[in-house]
Amino acid sequence: MGEHHHGPAQGISRWLFTTNHKDIGTMYLWFAFAMFLLGGFFAMVIRAELFQPGMQLVEPGFFNQMTTLHGLVMVFGAIMPSFVGLANWLIPMMIGAPDMALPRMNNWSFWILPPAFLMLASTLFMEGGAPAFGWTFYAPLSTTYAAPSVTFFIFAIHILGVSSIMGSINIIATVMNMRAPGMTYMKMPLFVWTWLITAFLLVAVMPVLAGAVTMMLMDIHFGTSFFSAAGGGDPVLFQHIFWFFGHPEVYIIILPAFGVVSQIIPAFSRKPLFGYASMVYATASIAFLSFIVWAHHMYTVGMPIAGELFFMYATMLIAVPTGVKVFNWISTMWRGALSFETPMLFCIGFLILFTLGGFTGLMLSIAPADFQYHDTYFVVAHFHYVMVAGAVFSMTAAVYYWLPKWCGRMYNEAMGKTHFWISFIGFNITFFPQHFVGLAGMPRRIPDYALQFADFNMMSSIGAFIYGASQLLFLYNVIATIVAGKPVSDEKVWDGAEGLEWTVPTPAPYHTFEEPPAVPKPAGTI
Amino acid sequence: MSSLRFSRVPAIDTALKLVTVAVTMFSFVFVVMVPLYNVLCDALGINGKTSSQAYTVVPAAVDESREVTVQFVAINNDGMPWSLTPDTRMMRVNPGAANGVVFHAVNPTDADMVAQAIPSISPSRAAAYFHKTECFCFDQQMLEGQSSAEMPLQFIVDKDLPADIHTITLSYTIFDVTGTVTDGLASR
Repeated sequence: MGEHHHGPAQGISRWLFTTNHKDIGTMYLWFAFAMFLLGGFFAMVIRAELFQPGMQLVEPGFFNQMTTLHGLVMVFGAIMPSFVGLANWLIPMMIGAPDMALPRMNNWSFWILPPAFLMLASTLFMEGGAPAFGWTFYAPLSTTYAAPSVTFFIFAIHILGVSSIMGSINIIATVMNMRAPGMTYMKMPLFVWTWLITAFLLVAVMPVLAGAVTMMLMDIHFGTSFFSAAGGGDPVLFQHIFWFFGHPEVYIIILPAFGVVSQIIPAFSRKPLFGYASMVYATASIAFLSFIVWAHHMYTVGMPIAGELFFMYATMLIAVPTGVKVFNWISTMWRGALSFETPMLFCIGFLILFTLGGFTGLMLSIAPADFQYHDTYFVVAHFHYVMVAGAVFSMTAAVYYWLPKWCGRMYNEAMGKTHFWISFIGFNITFFPQHFVGLAGMPRRIPDYALQFADFNMMSSIGAFIYGASQLLFLYNVIATIVAGKPVSDEKVWDGAEGLEWTVPTPAPYHTFEEPPAVPKPAGTI
Repeated sequence: MSSLRFSRVPAIDTALKLVTVAVTMFSFVFVVMVPLYNVLCDALGINGKTSSQAYTVVPAAVDESREVTVQFVAINNDGMPWSLTPDTRMMRVNPGAANGVVFHAVNPTDADMVAQAIPSISPSRAAAYFHKTECFCFDQQMLEGQSSAEMPLQFIVDKDLPADIHTITLSYTIFDVTGTVTDGLASR
């Protein structure tokens, strides 16, 4: 089949009907970026309201809708689809496969996403407004007291859950069946490994989320009482089910980010990744532990002391495999021939800030201390250090790293570095002060605050505007690269890059590896 | 389309297995997590819930050497117009002894209404030691408009109640369940 090359179809039908993993990956990435800007806009509304104490710009009800939609759009619309897009682009190229295993299903798993988010966003214009119960949608806020639009929210969650599950099934089927001869599991690039494990997590817990929203739907419309005490149910049950999904979910978000960093740091250290096998085992351990720590999100519901202690120690245990990873990345850089192009800068930013976020996570894991931190801005600071400086920074690094391979043009390095420094500084101005206001007792998700928090909140808001604006620079840089970037023809693009995706021509042709490649040296050899 | 060097069959086989996993996990929430949660809460008395079944009295000596304070609280869920008041707010009881208290319920509206009282014990670890031999909370209670009723509660505090617990608060929240479907779950 090797001689039978044909390019993409023309016009809109190329994108609507495509089964090409690169096209679908591209659509996922653009969709995720659009959602990132939308979710970012919601965040700007939140920070503008919090710029000064007192009620400034929006009604409290609308403020709650903003915090809810910001979380939902960023988690389910921006971060998750962006990594699925990356997986679509890269996994077949990294394992020497011609495409994803189930290309038509791949098309579906993307194309049901935009309607889901259209439905979610449309709730903003409905009577009673959009969901206003936080992205964790605790019952009975999301059942008894929810606006009628909650039903649309439930269906949106159902659809994007189906999309995630189909995407994950495709990734697992691809990795298990389509590897080039000689590409054994322990030779796979770490990005493929982390995604394989993430996909298993998704298949296991997205149905749990679907179950939770289905119970909400039944409580609201069909008279059941899963979460209603009057009928014998229990609102605390909702929290258990939600976090049984929700904690693996945070690793679903961060594991592919670990994979990206594990590809990029070796490239710019010009050394193989330190401790490849331990990285694989650490990833698997984190995935396993993610199932037995969920109740650390709900220490204050009145659990028995034995429960608190179990979840506390189990949570602290996660620091061990995570620490293995952080030390492996540092060891990879140790005595490497380092250079600091934009992708590497974002990875180092990730390394520092994600580790900080990990430490605050460790603080939050201590049950007695958490009674103080619970539902304060300290939690907000913590999860933005791991979600933004973790997942979003590594995703940004990935775009800078692989963009030249994808489009055959080099981005503007000076602009990329500027983007990094503005992001890094803006991010820290935004979220570092939130640790302090949180420890001092400022609760999250409230549109007003006590006067003593005014200065730090103003700093936070200024930082958020800086960070938000820097993403427009990113958008400009990416578009300018695709349209008129300096052409690159070198297959490797980066001299230190390793892996099968760097053996195909640049830009990557529409079809790659129709003939299986010879697998080069194992990814893990030192 | 892309290549024929791979057969799709093993991939479809993998995908079908994974679909089974996903369907299993979806059912797991309904058939395992929810019942398991209820069973655990019942068995361990966590969540401050007392048993939904009447306690079968095991004859045992009364511990005359110890007194425990039991407080009674009744609150209305939002929009519930009834009033529910215990005839005493607080009593001193000996562990092992049978005690009784009567709640006075009034339906001030003109409509017939059905209510369900949901108990909660504080501290929650005392729940497993608070045995009800008779309670209006075991069933839904119907009151005609503009009428009232006496609702009895009989209970025994277990002799094995941890020594550091000196006060137990029993709180009832009454919910308006008029018009909602009654099923087995509602008899708590």
